[in-house]
Amino acid sequence: MYRYDSMDKTLVDERVAQFRDQTRRFLNGELNDDEFRHLRLRNGLYIQRHAPMLRVAIPYGLLSSGQLRTLGGIARRYDRGYGHFTTRQNIQYNWPKLAEVPDILAELASMEMHAIQTSGNCIRNVTSDHLAGVTPNELEDPRPWCEIIRQWSTFHPEFTYLPRKFKIAVTGAPQDRAASLVHDVGVHIVRGPKGELGFEILAGGGLGRTPIIGQVVREFLPREHLLSYLEAVLRVYNLEGRRDNLTKARIKILVKSLGIEEFRRRVEAEWESIRGGGLTVNEAEVARMRGFFNPPAYRQLVNTDPAAGKDAAFRAWYRYNTAEHKVPGYRVVYVSLKKPGVAPGDATDAQMELIANLSDRYSFGEVRVTHTQNLLLADVEQQSAFELWQTLDGAGLATPNIGTLTDMICCPGLDFCSLANAGSIDVAKLINERFDDYDYVYDLGELDVKMSGCMNACGHHHVGNIGILGVDKGGEEWYQITIGGAAGADASLGSVIGPSVAKDEVAETIARLLDVYVEQRRPDERFLDTVRRLGVKPFKERVYAAPVAA
Amino acid sequence: MPRQLLRDGRIVADDWTYLTEAGNAAAPGSAHSSNAIILTFDQWLSDKPRWFAAPERLGVILSPIQKVEQLAPDLSRFDLVGADFPGPGEGRGYTQGRLLRERYGWRGELRATGYVRRDQVFFLARCGFNSFELPDGDLQVAAGALSTFTARYQPSNDLGLALKLQHR
Repeated sequence: MYRYDSMDKTLVDERVAQFRDQTRRFLNGELNDDEFRHLRLRNGLYIQRHAPMLRVAIPYGLLSSGQLRTLGGIARRYDRGYGHFTTRQNIQYNWPKLAEVPDILAELASMEMHAIQTSGNCIRNVTSDHLAGVTPNELEDPRPWCEIIRQWSTFHPEFTYLPRKFKIAVTGAPQDRAASLVHDVGVHIVRGPKGELGFEILAGGGLGRTPIIGQVVREFLPREHLLSYLEAVLRVYNLEGRRDNLTKARIKILVKSLGIEEFRRRVEAEWESIRGGGLTVNEAEVARMRGFFNPPAYRQLVNTDPAAGKDAAFRAWYRYNTAEHKVPGYRVVYVSLKKPGVAPGDATDAQMELIANLSDRYSFGEVRVTHTQNLLLADVEQQSAFELWQTLDGAGLATPNIGTLTDMICCPGLDFCSLANAGSIDVAKLINERFDDYDYVYDLGELDVKMSGCMNACGHHHVGNIGILGVDKGGEEWYQITIGGAAGADASLGSVIGPSVAKDEVAETIARLLDVYVEQRRPDERFLDTVRRLGVKPFKERVYAAPVAA
Repeated sequence: MPRQLLRDGRIVADDWTYLTEAGNAAAPGSAHSSNAIILTFDQWLSDKPRWFAAPERLGVILSPIQKVEQLAPDLSRFDLVGADFPGPGEGRGYTQGRLLRERYGWRGELRATGYVRRDQVFFLARCGFNSFELPDGDLQVAAGALSTFTARYQPSNDLGLALKLQHR
């Protein structure tokens, strides 16, 4: 993974000093709330329902064991013993004290971490495929490019006060595991006309109040121009994006109002005047970055079937919570943070420390965060899988549900977030209680359920196969249900099935949707495909045919 | 007391007067106290031929929505160009500054005015600004804020900044 040199180190240390000074000025009254808000938001610090919320950047979701241990220690010493992993592959702390935040940042800096640009109207943490570098059919590992983008975007002087936040996702495989089509900019590694590797650039995707699938701005960009092209996109957005209306300020609204052709024309015109300049990424720099992501020292092994002859619990876990690895004898292992009864994406200090230790023992000391709010050990020997499972199981980290109904994405909701209309964690709990029969859940197959507590869509509900959105109805928490959304390479936005339902009706509503699927599906047809084939109508009719018994 | 500002890292008395400060009588070539006048871009546009011929040194301030391209053909008439920052979230002036320096070769004073604080001057300087109108409390410390960070990742216009050239 990327390691800081003296320059990276200097920058994060200087950021800590700067933020310490800004916090001091706020606490002694030199800065008012609004002035401090603009500053703290560039450092991941929100003032939330109960306390400040601090979001720490995990660039493209990659952590060393030492960094994860540090995150666990911070959870214990500055928070209430847990942290929440997010859909941007970051971690959030919900209970830090404002006056202690500079000390937390100093601890993070000592382990090559920071909270720079994890909130505010600036370029946010770049996200990527959690299987980067280990998935079999990848064109190229996207992480060196992610790091190149991370550095370019960090303290970019021109783009520190954008109209609105700006999110970039980079993928290198045909499957899109980073939801890049619903990002402000999606960068796809693709092959050009002569077979050379370069990028397809998309823009204008996003969720929130106005969900839109991103459109192609440029089908093929030679690799050396990545940064100058991104700079051109950002410059057009910085000058032309709306600043008069917060809900219309994302780049998706600009792209939509100009039309993709006119947007492309402006970007290309801007790019023409800066291409080939100081932002050109030379081969030496690419090689230097690649050097940080070289494959670990894999052993020469052959593929085995560790599940053979083992009990059903292990077999289920191995089937659902591990994935194919490109190197024979190795397996990707998901650490499920979706145990029933626990808020999706939450991990305790002890769990973080345990996973850090397990990564040292079984996976070359690295851990990844997935955008579906689980952790992942990317390089586990198949022959160690059983042993690893036993330890994970003992710590509540082996719920065998990855990719299934109960592997829900979920925002912190009303319990923690000052923006939310409705709770999401307790709805996740109700769904888990209702669908506690694993045979049934497994029979349903691949199913993405995503839930957001408000229109801001932190839980990506629009692109859930089943999406759940918390709405406020006369001070009560209600939930609008969508079906047919998808976040991958065939991304689509879900359709609303009808009037919103009360909290205690959500699980029954989902059960009815699934009944229609089970009755109507063709062999091996996923829920998503059945919805796409049949449309919303039969699902809607079933849900609203009879009142839900209280 | 004359306005003070940070210019090229030093606190100096402003030797410029805004047309609005010069009073209603001020018009191109009319007698008023200053021989260095800052106009808004609209003021410049509304009386351009006369201002062109006037004896005063001229400066012009762009609002966030005004285009650098539109000013560019007239740049040679000015000794100062500025960008206005109406509020703490305004960011268009950063791009205006870079375009002026990098695309249109502006070498004169580039001034940031409006909501400008110590926390912004580092980034503004990296976009080519070399003078800053700051409130009193920030003025005294802003020179130090120019060295908030001593390294940078992006190639860009670092006029007036003493950065280590560590770009890789």
